[in-house]
Amino acid sequence: MFLINCPFCGEREQSEFKAGGEAHIVRPKQPTELSDDEWAEYLFMRKNIKGVQYERWNHIHGCRKWFNIVRDTSNDEIKAVYKMGEKPPI
Amino acid sequence: MTNKYSIFSLFKNALTYHENWQRAWRDPDPKKEYDVIIIGGGGHGLATAYYLAKKHDIKKIAVVEKGWIGGGNTGRNTTIIRSNYLWDASAGLYDHALKIWEGLSQELNYNVMFSQRGVMNLAHNLQDVRDLKRRTHANRLNGIDAVYLNTEQVKKFCPIINTSPNIRYPVLGGTLQKRAGTARHDAVAWGYARGADKMGVDIIQNCEVKGIKRNGDEVEGVETTKGFIKTKKIGVVAAGHSSVIAQMAGLKLPLESKPLQALVSEPVKPIIDTVVMSNAVHAYVSQSDKGELVIGAGTDDYISYSQKGSHDIVEGTLNAILELYPIFSRMRMLRQWGGIVDICPDASPIISKTSVKGLYFNCGWGTGGFKATPGSGDLFAHTIANDEPHKLNAAFNLNRFVSGDLVDEHGAAAVAH
Repeated sequence: MFLINCPFCGEREQSEFKAGGEAHIVRPKQPTELSDDEWAEYLFMRKNIKGVQYERWNHIHGCRKWFNIVRDTSNDEIKAVYKMGEKPPI
Repeated sequence: MTNKYSIFSLFKNALTYHENWQRAWRDPDPKKEYDVIIIGGGGHGLATAYYLAKKHDIKKIAVVEKGWIGGGNTGRNTTIIRSNYLWDASAGLYDHALKIWEGLSQELNYNVMFSQRGVMNLAHNLQDVRDLKRRTHANRLNGIDAVYLNTEQVKKFCPIINTSPNIRYPVLGGTLQKRAGTARHDAVAWGYARGADKMGVDIIQNCEVKGIKRNGDEVEGVETTKGFIKTKKIGVVAAGHSSVIAQMAGLKLPLESKPLQALVSEPVKPIIDTVVMSNAVHAYVSQSDKGELVIGAGTDDYISYSQKGSHDIVEGTLNAILELYPIFSRMRMLRQWGGIVDICPDASPIISKTSVKGLYFNCGWGTGGFKATPGSGDLFAHTIANDEPHKLNAAFNLNRFVSGDLVDEHGAAAVAH
C-alpha cells in the first residue's frame, strides 16, 4: 500500500486508484494496415519492468481522471506524477 | 548416494538419534557447460529437471536458483490442486498434472502429503450458477470428475458455511471436484530436488542469472553471479521474474507481474476438511495439517515486484470470509505474505519455444501454478528435449497471442484478475 499524489486532488491512498498498466503505448494510426504480429505487440506484449516504469493510473474513486506515474516497481516508490499529454519529467 | 526413505530407514536412524540422515541433495559448484540449464529452482523448474533426466535421458542438467529452492511462489501459495478448468486444452493440461499428483509421493519416495479432500467452488448469483453448471458439464465431457451442488448439498458437504439467504452474497450452489485437494508445497520442491539430484542434476542455489548470451538466433549460455555457464538449451521457469529474464534475451512477453497475497491463522482443531473457493466474493479457505486456516487473497491491480501487497485486499478477503464463515470471527491471523505472479492476458500459462533457438519459457501461470507443478515439469521437459511441444501443451504456445487462439480461463482461475 502506498500514497499517490493525484495531480488534480492531492495525496490519496492507492486503493482509491485503478492501475492502467504501461504508459505511452501508442494506438496504431492505421489499424487496418497492421499485421498480426504488430497487433500482438500492441495488444499483449508488455515491458513489465522490474525497476523504474512509466504507467497510467485513474483516480477512479475521486476525480476519475487519468494521469501518469513514474514508479519503481521493485519497491513501489513513486518518482514522479504528471498529467496525460505531458512529457515525463524524468 | 541418498537413502531410500522407508519405515526401516526411519527405524534404523532412530537408533542413532536421527543424527546420521544424509543430506537430500548436493550443493555443487557450476560446471563449465551443461546440455540444459533451467533458470528457477521452484517446483516447476525442479520438476522440469527431474523429468528431463528421467524420461529424456539428458545427462548434464543444471538448475540455477537466485535464492534457495522453493523459496519463491512454491513456498508462498495456498497449495490448492484441482483440474476443473473450462476449455479442452486446459482440462488436458491440468488433469495430466492431477493424475501425476495421485502417484507422486510413491514415485519420488517423498511424502508430498497429497490430500484429495475435494475442492468446492461457490456460486453467489445467477450468472455464477450458469457458469459453474456449464463448467461442470464441460469437465464431465472431458472425463474430469465434477458435480453441481445446490445450497443444501453445499451446507451438507461443509456445515460451517453460512447458507442464509439474507447475507450480502448468498450461496446459491457450487461445484465439487472430489479428486482435487491440497499438497505440502515445500515437500514438492524438496522431493523433486532430491529425485533430480539423485539422477545427477546439479542444483545450484544462490546463483542469480545476470544475462543470457546469444549468438545470433541461438543461445550460448548464461551469465550468473557464479560465472558464465555454457549451454545450448535454456528453460526459463522464473514465474514473476519471467519478463526480466526475457528482457536479457531481447524478448518481450505478454505478462504483467503483480503481488498476490495469502495469510494463515493461528492453528486450531480440525474445523474444515475440504477446500472452499469463491470467485465472486474472493475468499478461499482450507485448513493445513498443522491446523492453520490457509486463506488466499486477491492480486493487486498494479505491477510490482515488491513481494508485498495492499492491506485493503486482505481486508476485503477477510470480510468475505467472515460473512461466509461467522464461526471464524474471533480467529487471529498469524502471518501474511505476498508472492509475485506473472499473469497472462487469457489467464492461461505459456509452455513454449521462442523465436530464439534453444530458449524455452514456462511462465504465465499467474495465480494458479502450484496445482500444475508435476504436469508442467513433465510437458516442459518434453518441449525442451524434443524442441517440439507435447500435444497437451501445444495450445499453450507464445504464438497464440499473434494468432488470436487464446485459452480464456478467467472464469476457472479462482483469483479474479
